[in-house]
Parts: sequence; C-alpha cells; structure tokens
Amino acid sequence: MIEGIGVFDVLVVSTAMFFIGIYGFLVRKNLITILMSIELVLNSVNINFVVFNKYLYPDLLQGYMFALFAIGIAAAEAAVAIAIILNVFRKMKGIDVEHVDTMKY
Amino acid sequence: MEKFIFYFISAIILVFSVLTVTSRKILRAAVYLLFVLMATAGLYFMLNYNFLAAVQLTVYSGGIVVLIVFAVLLTAHMEHKLEAPSMMKSIFAGLVAVLGAGVTLFALNSFPFKEGVIIEAPYDVEAVGLKMLSYGENGYVLPFEVISILLLAAIIGAIIVAKKSVNND
Repeated sequence: MIEGIGVFDVLVVSTAMFFIGIYGFLVRKNLITILMSIELVLNSVNINFVVFNKYLYPDLLQGYMFALFAIGIAAAEAAVAIAIILNVFRKMKGIDVEHVDTMKY
Repeated sequence: MEKFIFYFISAIILVFSVLTVTSRKILRAAVYLLFVLMATAGLYFMLNYNFLAAVQLTVYSGGIVVLIVFAVLLTAHMEHKLEAPSMMKSIFAGLVAVLGAGVTLFALNSFPFKEGVIIEAPYDVEAVGLKMLSYGENGYVLPFEVISILLLAAIIGAIIVAKKSVNND
C-alpha cells in the first residue's frame, strides 16, 4: 500500500504499459523487438495481479502467487522463443517477419 | 514522499516503455527494456512485496534481458539500424493503442473498487514458501510441480530447437 496512491493510479500505469506493448507488437518487424513488446505486455499484467492482491485482498496471496508463476512461464517462453528465432536466423538469413512466410501458403 | 517516488517510478516506466518500442537500435531497445523491468521491481518493493521484487530482478532483468541481449548479438550487427515503420502502419497501430487504452481506462474509472482492509504485516518469504508447498486449502503445490515440469520441457525444447541439425544441408 503506497501512501496517497489509490488502485486506479497504478492501473493507469499498467494500462499505458500494456498498450505501448501492443503498439510495439503491431509496428515492429524484427522478431526480437516483437518479443520485447510481448515482455512489456506480460509485465504490465503482472503489475495488475500484484496491485489487485495488495489493494483489494491484502489478507490473501492469490495475486502474488499468480505473478510468481507468470514470471516463471515468461522465462520459459522467452527461452523457447529465442531458440526458435536463432533457428529462423540460421535458415532464412534474417529475422524480420517477412522472412518467416514459408508456412503461409 | 512515497507519492513522489511512485510518480518517479511511473515516469521511468512510461518513458522507457515508449523508448523500447520506438528505438531504432535494437541493443538500446533491450537496455531500455531492462530499465522498465527494474522500475517494475521498484514498484513491487514499494508495495512491500520484497520476495516478488527479488524474483523480478533475478528472473526478468537478470535472465530474460540477458537472453535477449545474447540473441541480439548473435543475429544483428552493432551499427545496424532498424528501418522506421511506415507512416500508415504507425498511425494505425497508435490509433489501436490509444483507443484500447481509452476504453480500458474508462472501464476502470467507472468500476467501483472496494479496497480491502490493509494488514500491515507483509507476507514475506516464509509465508510464501509455506503456501507454495502446502497441499491443503489454498495450497499451491500442484502448480508448483507443474511449472517445474514446464520449465524442464522448455529447457529441453530450447536445446533441441536451437542446436545445429547434423543431417540436413
């Protein structure tokens, strides 16, 4: 609980962060920068869980646990995504999204 | 005082988030992402969730950012600049982001949050650890075990995918 800061103020920050991530996801072409945008989105969702836990149900631990597990899953996801990106780079000689259209047709 | 620290952290988060998605040098974008994640850990510290902040610092800004930086160094040249997105595309994406944020903030603003009574004994590492390994009411031993298997599968999968294949070309 932060002195003088309500739940809405923190939610504004996390919402802005979420939609900045969405913007980056739509605009970027490089696969690694797209992955970074996804990390931003995941991180803002984590902030939401933590804040709801702290402000609305301070005697419980659900949001805390969910944030912990989400961090673990984000780590696994980043590892697999980077392995795939390296493989794409080796095969297609580039990691822009237009290189990865082999399975499109 | 705490209010100003919160505003400072929020400003760091917002400014560096924008820089992460707009910077045209990819390694710099990764470093800006690191700043965002560390400021988020600062937010968790302010909320008195110390263990979660430590996990955020080690796993996110320690592990994931290092992985991303490694991937950047393996795939891009240092002085390579990403091409700027086309005008049409960035206007469209900006419109989507602003509209989405507007709708979400409107919904959040009109929802009556009922704040709970704050108990000023923060859950620390002991409570979290006991909860995580308890199999009684509200215990988390099943997700804990499932996520350990998920991490194992992710490690093996990442190795299999990333290693050079011997037989084809």
